[in-house]
Amino acid sequence: MDNNPYLEVFIDESKEHLQSMNDYLLWLEKNPEDLSIVNEIFRSAHTLKGMSATMGYQDLSKLTHQMENVLDGVRNERIKVDAEMLDIVFDSVDDLEAMVMDIATGGAGNREVKQVVKMLEGIETGEESTTFALEPDHTANTSVSLSIDEFTRTILEQSKEQGQQNYRVEVTLRENCLLKAARVYMVFEVLEQLGEVILSVPTVEQLENEEFEQSFIVLLVTTSDMEEVEKKIHKVSEIDRVAVAEFLIDSRSTELSSPEENNSSELVSNNRKSEEETASEKTNHKQTGNKTIRINIDRLDALMNLFEELVIDKGRLEQISSELNDAALQETVEHMSRISGDLQSIILNMRMVPMEQVFNRFPRMVRQLSRDLNKQVSLSIVGAETELDRTVIDEIGDPLVHLIRNALDHGIESPDERERKGKNPSGKLELKAFHSGNHVYIEIADDGAGINRDKVIRKAVSNHVVTENQSLNMSNNQVYELIMESGFSTADEVSDVSGRGVGMDVVKSTIESLGGTITIDSELDRGSTFSVQLPLTLSIISVMLVEVQKEKFAIPISSIMETAIVKKEDVMSAHRKQVIDFRGKVVPLVFLKEVLEVPSSHQEDEYFSLVIIREKDKMAGLVVDSFIGQQEVVLKSLGNYLSGTYAISGATILGDGQVALILDSHALIH
Amino acid sequence: MEERNSFLKVIVFQLNGKEYTIPVHQVGSIERVMPITRVPGTAPFVKGVINLRGIVTPIVDLRERLGIDAARVNEQTRIITAKVADMAVGLIVDGANDLLDINKEVIEPSPEAVGTENLEVVQGVVHLERRLLVLLNLEKVLSIDDVDDLKKVKL
Repeated sequence: MDNNPYLEVFIDESKEHLQSMNDYLLWLEKNPEDLSIVNEIFRSAHTLKGMSATMGYQDLSKLTHQMENVLDGVRNERIKVDAEMLDIVFDSVDDLEAMVMDIATGGAGNREVKQVVKMLEGIETGEESTTFALEPDHTANTSVSLSIDEFTRTILEQSKEQGQQNYRVEVTLRENCLLKAARVYMVFEVLEQLGEVILSVPTVEQLENEEFEQSFIVLLVTTSDMEEVEKKIHKVSEIDRVAVAEFLIDSRSTELSSPEENNSSELVSNNRKSEEETASEKTNHKQTGNKTIRINIDRLDALMNLFEELVIDKGRLEQISSELNDAALQETVEHMSRISGDLQSIILNMRMVPMEQVFNRFPRMVRQLSRDLNKQVSLSIVGAETELDRTVIDEIGDPLVHLIRNALDHGIESPDERERKGKNPSGKLELKAFHSGNHVYIEIADDGAGINRDKVIRKAVSNHVVTENQSLNMSNNQVYELIMESGFSTADEVSDVSGRGVGMDVVKSTIESLGGTITIDSELDRGSTFSVQLPLTLSIISVMLVEVQKEKFAIPISSIMETAIVKKEDVMSAHRKQVIDFRGKVVPLVFLKEVLEVPSSHQEDEYFSLVIIREKDKMAGLVVDSFIGQQEVVLKSLGNYLSGTYAISGATILGDGQVALILDSHALIH
Repeated sequence: MEERNSFLKVIVFQLNGKEYTIPVHQVGSIERVMPITRVPGTAPFVKGVINLRGIVTPIVDLRERLGIDAARVNEQTRIITAKVADMAVGLIVDGANDLLDINKEVIEPSPEAVGTENLEVVQGVVHLERRLLVLLNLEKVLSIDDVDDLKKVKL
């Protein structure tokens, strides 16, 4: 099983289904009356069951099966949605998650599920035993049932009114049948000549893929009589048995048992699957419009690396063609540039994933944590659609989990304490993601206790992170940053949730390794905000090349508002800084020549060429000597040796093979 | 085997008329001088970065790093690219043209009377007939802590 080529797909899809189950369960908790949500959960549970059974993970399929029963009960309004029921279902989802993770890490996905299964059974039978007895009974009798949804029922009713017959046709192929799919196809062809196939169990797709044992059932609407149907099907070779019966649609659960004996329990589950699939037919139709395939991220990386080299060469070609001044060459190069631009946006887009992928596991986590900690927390998520490079997304999950745990554990107080402080007993946690410039910001804000400066200092001093003298001169922000030093934990007691003494320093180093930064803002008894800044993408960026004296620098286009040329006399002085009035706003000037210590080689003229950059609501005008133009460049690191260089975020190789430095607009603004 | 192990293959280069060596396994390549892009805010001996076949590589002027007057670039000047602890760095030297096998036994640990340079970057000296070779400790030469210290001092 380990080498099963489908394993990876199975794991990925299982995770997706678990996630959607979690999401919908949370939603259901808020809208317990909305049964369409239950349908969604049911769908996921069902698919998961089918997949795990196929893959041979017994415990997984056992648990999902039981869950499905409960959900079915809810769907049919036999079981009420309440906190207790949800807790158990949540628990079982946790178990499922653990099993899938186990499989993902090479385990067999075995887990003691009896207890949870029992609890689920408890819900199932406790609420309603008579009506619900239907299904287990049928399983026991090994009979085949066929369930239909509202939609199908309407069709059947209509056809009945029009004088057509609804038949339930069960076809059993011979055991030694070699081309099952072909036979199925032939049977369907016959059936379609006779009338209309409304439903088939297993579904047509499964049948075509030979995902069935020996027999399958179809619902046929036809004007012909039973005998004719039976005869015609028998004309197809390798058919063992054909059973045609009238399909009655009066029963409430719209199920019909077959007189035939059939010990394939697989079929029972398939029935349920088809029931599910018909129920979600409409959704499926919508989804098929957007086909996707899964690609290993390594391949995307390889593609990206190759493309980076192409971009460098493209830059070189552009330069050569402008030097040679050959019309045909220029045209070709221009065309190539356009294509490479398109290619780039496609490649980059392929790697972009919405933050949602990370955020969507948090509602569940916060719910659980707030229960464990006996706190009341309302979580709001803003900007989940914000997109980030896949590699960043993969790495950012754990740090965020940690920050949220911290906010709940150390930040938000218990309801009593909050009331004492005159706050709403229910705490607020806001998770916000947004783009600004060439960065993505993720903010985790709580309205809890805030960071106690004195407490942090005491702790830091006793842990020898800083000396007492040092601490006296530290600004609040510097003090807050101490909590991200290694070996620091502010919780008075070590709790399960956080405060193992590792963590914040790991959070910090992870974020820094992604080229990001983390800042803390806090007010005592008002709450704290952890703000994480991350680069949007890691490799190719669009820059504006500028010249300062004889040196070339690149400024990321994403942080540029516009360029301007101002006269020297328009520059004013305020607070010993030189500023200009730019469209009614006071914008400070940053003389790159001084900041970057560029050696002087020629005199400035009477105009200043400005590149106006912006970050959030701050602006600055960078004074340069001339603008060269816009270019796509490959971002290269300066290497470990020069990491942390002020105002430089990296380097790039220009068309002439020389290195140009990329300015860090963030540092220049502050 | 033993015999081979007792020899150290080194690259010999010149700085200010003296001969220095570094082990060959730490050397990536020897390049002629190419255009260097200055990086602001770094230690004075960091001359900037070059494009070394698509890789942006920092360049250190070894003379300045060792406290000798800045180099004057001429035909003989070379950049030795060295790799230490995941860092690739180019070193500007006055010239590099020799490859030697040194018997490890003749490496003397005491670096006295070597001259002006910072003693801790010297791993040992080798007397070879009339030559005196200084074996550099590249880890120390390129030590990041050191660089940080220098940056702080400058600020």
